[in-house]
This record gives sequence, C-alpha cells and structure tokens, in this order.
Amino acid sequence: MAYIIQGDTGDWEIVIGLEVHAQVISKAKLFSGAATEFGAEPNTQVSFIDAGFPGMLPVINEICVEQAVRTGLGLKAKINLTSVFARKNYFYADLPQGYQISQYDQPIVGEGELILDLPDGGTRTVGIERLHLEQDAGKSIHDMHPSKSFIDLNRSGVALMEIVSKPDLRSPEEAGLYLTKLRSILRYLETCDGNMQEGSMRCDANVSVRPVGSTELRTRCEIKNVNSIRFVQQAIEYEARRHIDVYESGGEIRQETRLFDSVKGETRSMRSKEHAHDYRYFPDPDLLPLVIRQDFVDGIKAGLPELPDDKKARFMAEYGLNAYDSGVLVAEKASAEFFETVAKGRDSKMACNWVMGDFFAALNATAKTIEDPPVSAANLGQMIDLIKDGTLSGRLAKDVFALMVETGKAPAVLVEERGLRQVTDTGAIEAAVDAVIAANADKVAQVKDGKTTLLGWFTGQVMKATQGKANPAMVNEMLSKKILG
Amino acid sequence: MTQLTDLTLAEARDRLTKGEFTAVELTQAHLKVVEAKRSLNAFIVETPDLALDAAKASDARRQAGTNGSMDGLPIGIKDLFCTEGVQTTAASHILEGFKPPYESTVSGKLKAAGAISLGKLNLDEFAMGSSNQTSYFGAVENPWKKTSDPKAKLVPGGSSGGSAAAVAARMVMAATGTDTGGSIRQPAAFCGITGIKPTYGRCSRFGIVAFASSLDQAGPMARTVRDCAIMLGAMAGYDPKDSTSVNMAVPDFEKALTGDIRGLKVGIPKEYRPDGLSDEVAKVWDQGIEWLKAAGATPVEISLPHTKYALATYYIIAPAECSSNLARYDGLRYGLRVPGKTLDDMYKKTRAAGFGAEVRRRILIGTYVLSAGYYDAYYAKAQKVRRLIAEDFRKAFESVDVILTPTAPSAAFGQGEGSDDPVTMWLNDVFTIPTSMAGLPGLSLPAGLSADGLPLGLQLIGRPFDEETVFRVAGVMETAANFTAKPEGV
Repeated sequence: MAYIIQGDTGDWEIVIGLEVHAQVISKAKLFSGAATEFGAEPNTQVSFIDAGFPGMLPVINEICVEQAVRTGLGLKAKINLTSVFARKNYFYADLPQGYQISQYDQPIVGEGELILDLPDGGTRTVGIERLHLEQDAGKSIHDMHPSKSFIDLNRSGVALMEIVSKPDLRSPEEAGLYLTKLRSILRYLETCDGNMQEGSMRCDANVSVRPVGSTELRTRCEIKNVNSIRFVQQAIEYEARRHIDVYESGGEIRQETRLFDSVKGETRSMRSKEHAHDYRYFPDPDLLPLVIRQDFVDGIKAGLPELPDDKKARFMAEYGLNAYDSGVLVAEKASAEFFETVAKGRDSKMACNWVMGDFFAALNATAKTIEDPPVSAANLGQMIDLIKDGTLSGRLAKDVFALMVETGKAPAVLVEERGLRQVTDTGAIEAAVDAVIAANADKVAQVKDGKTTLLGWFTGQVMKATQGKANPAMVNEMLSKKILG
Repeated sequence: MTQLTDLTLAEARDRLTKGEFTAVELTQAHLKVVEAKRSLNAFIVETPDLALDAAKASDARRQAGTNGSMDGLPIGIKDLFCTEGVQTTAASHILEGFKPPYESTVSGKLKAAGAISLGKLNLDEFAMGSSNQTSYFGAVENPWKKTSDPKAKLVPGGSSGGSAAAVAARMVMAATGTDTGGSIRQPAAFCGITGIKPTYGRCSRFGIVAFASSLDQAGPMARTVRDCAIMLGAMAGYDPKDSTSVNMAVPDFEKALTGDIRGLKVGIPKEYRPDGLSDEVAKVWDQGIEWLKAAGATPVEISLPHTKYALATYYIIAPAECSSNLARYDGLRYGLRVPGKTLDDMYKKTRAAGFGAEVRRRILIGTYVLSAGYYDAYYAKAQKVRRLIAEDFRKAFESVDVILTPTAPSAAFGQGEGSDDPVTMWLNDVFTIPTSMAGLPGLSLPAGLSADGLPLGLQLIGRPFDEETVFRVAGVMETAANFTAKPEGV
C-alpha cells in the first residue's frame, strides 16, 4: 500500500519517524516519592525534589526502571545493563530545576522492532531506535489570568519513556497503525495506560519527503505534542504537502520545530534550528550510572504476558481465525480475553462472528467498555450453546442478544421468560406450513411452474406465523416437500 | 580553670559528662564570644535563642542519660547546609530570606547527636571563592593578624571562611564546612585550625546547596585532630536520599588515634614543590617530614604527574556543574524575584541582581564548556584528565599509606589582595584540588607560623575511605607540631 503524493514535478513519498512520550505507570515519580495520580488539585503532588528546592537530590525509582525494561522487552529490544542519566539544560517556568533529567547517549533500551498489522491482514516491521527514561516537566497554564501564567508542578518529575522509531514509516496510515500497535503493547505490558487525551501518551512526528525511488533523507521538521492519532495523521499529511510545495516552488525546507493547530488543521513554525536550544547535555553528577543485572532483566522477561503478536498468531493457529479478525481481537487485551472466554470449548468461528459482529456493534451503540460490557462473555457463550443445541435459531438468537443488551439477563432466562424457544415439533410446524399453503394457492402454483425463489417468501410467512420460533431448516424442508413433492 | 571557650570538643564532652558545667553554661560562654567578635562577620544568622533552648534540652537529656555523642557542644553550621526554619542563603542575595522547610542530613545528624548550633556561618557565595570575599553578606575577617601589620584585615580563606574564623576565634568549638576544591582545608590552614574533607560519598550531600555535585563534600572543622574525628563520626554515614553517598559502616574515627605510625610509608609528591612555592611553606613541609620520620614512618618520594593539569581541569568541571546546579535560582518559587516584562526578562533581571560577579563568572564558564561544539574539547577532555589524576593517586597508594603536602601555597593574605585577578585567586587551591578531583580524604592541620606570625597548614591525603590512617598520622603530627599559638585577643 505505497502512499504516493502526486506533485507537479513527479511522485513523492513521505519519510516519518515518531517519538512517543509514554507516561510510566508507577505510584511515585521517577526521582521522588510524590504521587502521580492524574487529575489531582494543582500542586498537591509535589515534593521538594520536584520543585527544585536547594540541596534536593534525585533518587531513582526502581519500579520505573522495571517498567522501562519491561517495555523494552515487549519491543524485542536490546536492554542496556548500564545506562546513564544526563541533564538537559534549559530555562522554563514549569521546569523547576532548570534542567530535565533524561538519558542521552546511553539509554536503558536500544534497538528493537514493532510489527504493524495492515488492514489487508499483512504485516510490516518498523524499527525502534531506542527507549529512554526521563522526567516530565510541570504544566504552564496561560488562560487563567490576563497577564499571569500559572504553574502546576503535579506532573513535574513524573517518569516518561521516550520511544523513538526509526524513520521507517511511509504514510499517515502507517503512523496511525504504529501508534495503535505501540499503545496496544504498552497496555498489554501495563507500563503506560496509553491515554492520549489525558496526555499520558504524546507524540512528536519527524516528517520529510523525497521523490519516489530516492533513498536520501531530506531535511525534516519535527511536529510537537500532537494529542490524538487522527491529529498525528492530519499533521503528517499537511506537513508532507507543505514540503512538496516548498520543494516544487524551488524553495528549501529549514529544519525546525512546528506545532500542529488542530482547529485549522495546519502546522506552523515554533522555533527554527538557529533558535534551537543548546541543551548542554552532560551526565547528571547527582546520579551514578544506572547498572542493572541480567537476572533482573531475566526475571522481568519471565513475567511478561503474551503480547499482541504472539496472541494473534495463536488465535490464527488455535481458533482458525483469519489474520484480520485475529488482529482486531488482540488489539486490546480485554477484547482478546473476552473472545477467549466466549470461544472456549465452542465453535470458535461462530464465537468470532458474534464478538466481532453483534457484540462490537452493541459496544459502540451503548458506549460501554470491554471492561464493563453490555453482554458478559459468559452470557454470550451460553447463547452460542443455545444455538448449537437447537434451542435458538440464528434469527431468534439475534432477538435474544438484543434482549440481553437491554436487560442484562442470561439467555436461558430470557428464553424461558419470553418463550423464545425454537419450535422443532413437526406437528406444530406442519400445521403452520399447511395453513400458509392453503391460504396462498396462487403462489403455490407459481412455485410449481418453476418460480422456486418464491419458496423463501413461504418460509418468511411460516416464520411470521410462528413468531419466528419455527426451526427454519425444518420449515424449508417441509415446504419444498409439500409444494414440489 | 581553662576558659570554657578554650576547651576542645573532647575535653568539653568529658567534663559535661562529669557534670563540671552544663550545656547551657557552655553555650552561654560561646554566645558571649559570638557577640564580642561580631566584627569578624563570621555569622550570617545568629540563633542564640534556639541555641539556649537546645542547650536546656541537652542538659535534660544528660540527666536522663539519653545524650548523644556531641551532646551540648556548641557548633556553627556553614550557611550552605539547609536548616529547617532558619534562613539558608549560601551567602547569596538570590536566596536571601529563604527558610528551608527541611534539614540537611548532615546538620540533622549533628543535631541528633546533641550538638548545639549557634547559627549559620558566612562563606563565599555558593561556596565559590578562596578568601570569603564573594559573600553577599560581606567579607569575613581572619582573627589572625600579621605581626608586621597588626591593623591589616586578613582573609580567612574560603569558601568555609566563616567556619574557620569562628572556630579559630573560639566563637564555636567546631563547625561544619564543605569542600569542593579545598574549601575546608585552605581556610583551616589560614586560620590555624584542623579540618578534613572526607572521601567523596562519606557524608550525605542531601540538603546542602549544591555547587559542583561530583566534588562537594561536607566535613568537620575544629581545633584538634581528635575533635575532627569525633565530629566526622557524627556527620558521616550512608543516606538513601543521596545516590552518591556510599553504603559503608562508619568507623570509630577517634579510636584510630593510636599515636603509632611506625612502619607507615608517607608519600612526598615531587610535583608539589613548584618554583613559586614560598620558602616558609617549603620549610614547614620539610619539618613535617622530619616529624613523621622521628615517629617511625618512612618518607617515600612519589610522582603525581597529572597534578599540573588539576587546576585547569577543576575550573572546567566545577563551573560546568555549577552552571546547571544554579539554574534553579530563577525567581519563581523561592528567594529573590525581580519582576520583568516577560519570563526571560524576569530571569535575566533576577539572576543579574541575585548573583555576584564570581558566581556569574563561573556560570558563564560552565555554560560555555558544556555548549555544543565545545563539550568534547573541554568537558569531555576534563573528565578524561580527571580519571588520569585519580589514577596517579591510585598508583601512588600502591607504595605509600598516606601522602603529605602543603595545604596552600601561602599564609593568609590581606582583604582586597588578588581579588582583581580571579586566576591568581584560584591558585590558592593548587594543592587541594587534585585530592578533590580524585575524591580522596584530605586533612589540613596547623604545623607552624610564618615569619609574620600567621599559621601554615600541612595536608595529609589518604586512600578512599581510609580517613582512619589520615587521622592516625595527623594525630602524631599534631603532637609533634605542638601548635599552641592563638589569634590575637583569644
């Protein structure tokens, strides 16, 4: 699915690398004991360390290290047993120390990979350049006072993982798939909640273009802090077009940092390379190099959950599902678990169809979540059992499912309460069939003259007469026997 | 009976135990000197009321038998240590009025051991200086006078100049210092007292206003080797709040003072005898070697070839770290704020008004050596040289147990002298900086007087975490030197 942009001078392709800042799930901050909960009152989760008070010193939070290693392993990446924290120096009102503690030339996680699940069921591997740990800054609030800015330091010092991809992505769609997959892996690992609205996952996109067939890397622009997957895609699309227009009108692209304006749908310059900060990185003398042991890494590895790629492969092998369905089901750990509960010991194809079809539709329609589903996996499984044992026809099952969504009751209960059991009693079906035949002699004649497609109409009439409860297969069989002989 | 203010820590401790006087009496005696010697400008903040309350509590503890190792002993705290509820300034305008809501680990440990703080001692601004003339709160005067010019005001050395002057003038029995490139040892030498910079990592840096994090280390300043040993015992120890503090047991340093150094090998670095070394300093050094020989130790000539690069290396690394460490003083959350039209304008105005010339100079140097394109040529290279300096010492300590050098190239000089040339001023620390770069323990003790009646110090350098050998040798030298001279009026 090559993504080509046609320009006036020829075809262009986009080169994209993404930097994702993922907030580490941990109770305390990276270098202090302050809490990290989202949504607390401003400046209530701030230690003297986070506020940059004199004489305060950082002490590494082991849980955050563990989470970074876990994420690195989930990205099949090299774990660096020795890594170094460095100071990134710049002045800003929400950066109390005057520097951010980050990792520079020796990150905790090196090269890895991430597999994109393409819509056609295929896959594409994207390289991960590195993952490093760093502190978040505080938050500046500029709209609460006409001339003053307010600072909330709750976020100051919270642990982030910066996950940098190689410039391997070639379209806005791939960028979206990358973010979706990365978020899926982070959630499986429980190392980041992946919530872009709350800012616990933020994305910077590095974008450049080049003529199709070229292998050069042209000057890139960095688009900062785009807070949804859709906006990332829009920003890339806009930025690529801008580059092509500049090149085709004989101009040059300057390396710069740009901001995406989601209202106008455009990017605009934030600062150029000439005005770029000189961050004066140097190893933080308050922290010794971070040295972890191989057995620490091995212990985390042993406790890793089954990740989306493995689960997808297993779903294909174990349940006979196709790549697309498997990919959809494993995207969220909870939906994969839901499916497995439904499918366990049952017809897995049928389970897949019901989960992907009516269940997901109900999920959307009710705006509920997979964690608090409109129909429980146990109930959906039970309903499939009722189809299999003949209690419900497919048609009745749809009705029962709708009632399950409405009432939350178990399917067996609904079948009893509402008398929705499928009728398989030959006598009762025959009576209904006979009545329909008797009332429609003209149509019977047409069928006999060869218009057999009308048989379906007869079936419908019989089903209507039995309030949908007659076994459709038995009705069909009886109708064709009685009319066609 | 000796005056209470003339006692050593060890003597006062023992006599408090015997009940010969109370902590309140001892504290009151010292507070009188603090008042009488106020013109030395050794204190930035005096806390007599807090001290007397603490002394009463100390006497109560002694009654109850729950007293600590330094109970009731009046000390001073260098104003680089954060003290809960008591103004802490680092001698800078930018922190004027700042009362930390927390206590530094070291000052907290001293208080927990029962020591009575009489207040916060003056220093060079942010501990940057070697003469205590860069303090926003004014220069500190050395209580010692030249016999040739008794009116001239001399510097006490720096940066722990207030600490050294207060101890020498008997305002306090001992004081905390911090040493980044010589800030305990050089003022100790200038004021005729003893001070030790322990091994980097021995004392917690938590709550000490940072200057150069990879070099800063707290240590005691007192009038005897034994007093330093007692006080270091109360200051030292692993602190989980400082990632660079070392998790090692703290030995009983006082027990190391056996008086027996027979068979020890003492390194005499040949590179520490530069052309410009004053004859007086050279003479005291030679005398020191003789004392050690007489006590049964063997001097061994050693080479520390990278010493000549130490000063230049230090003046890259320390400013680099300081430029980053001092970025937090931005006028936003505490201390001085000078309003501006924009955020950048406020930064500029606040920092221009808040920092003195020497601090600004070092921030500029540090910013420069870390900037893109210069990092490798300066900072990265300096780190390499630093490793070579440490390696020199490591090799030397394969053949010797301790190293003896002068502490400073001269005796105390006059206020105003040399302050127009920062590089000359920096040369004061030429003998102390290599030790700091290598993170080794270094002790300065008074060894004699110059012809002009001023104290001269010798430095003993030990292996990492071998303060005990340093104390043992220092104890022997102290006895041999029998340094009984006192500043005028004490």
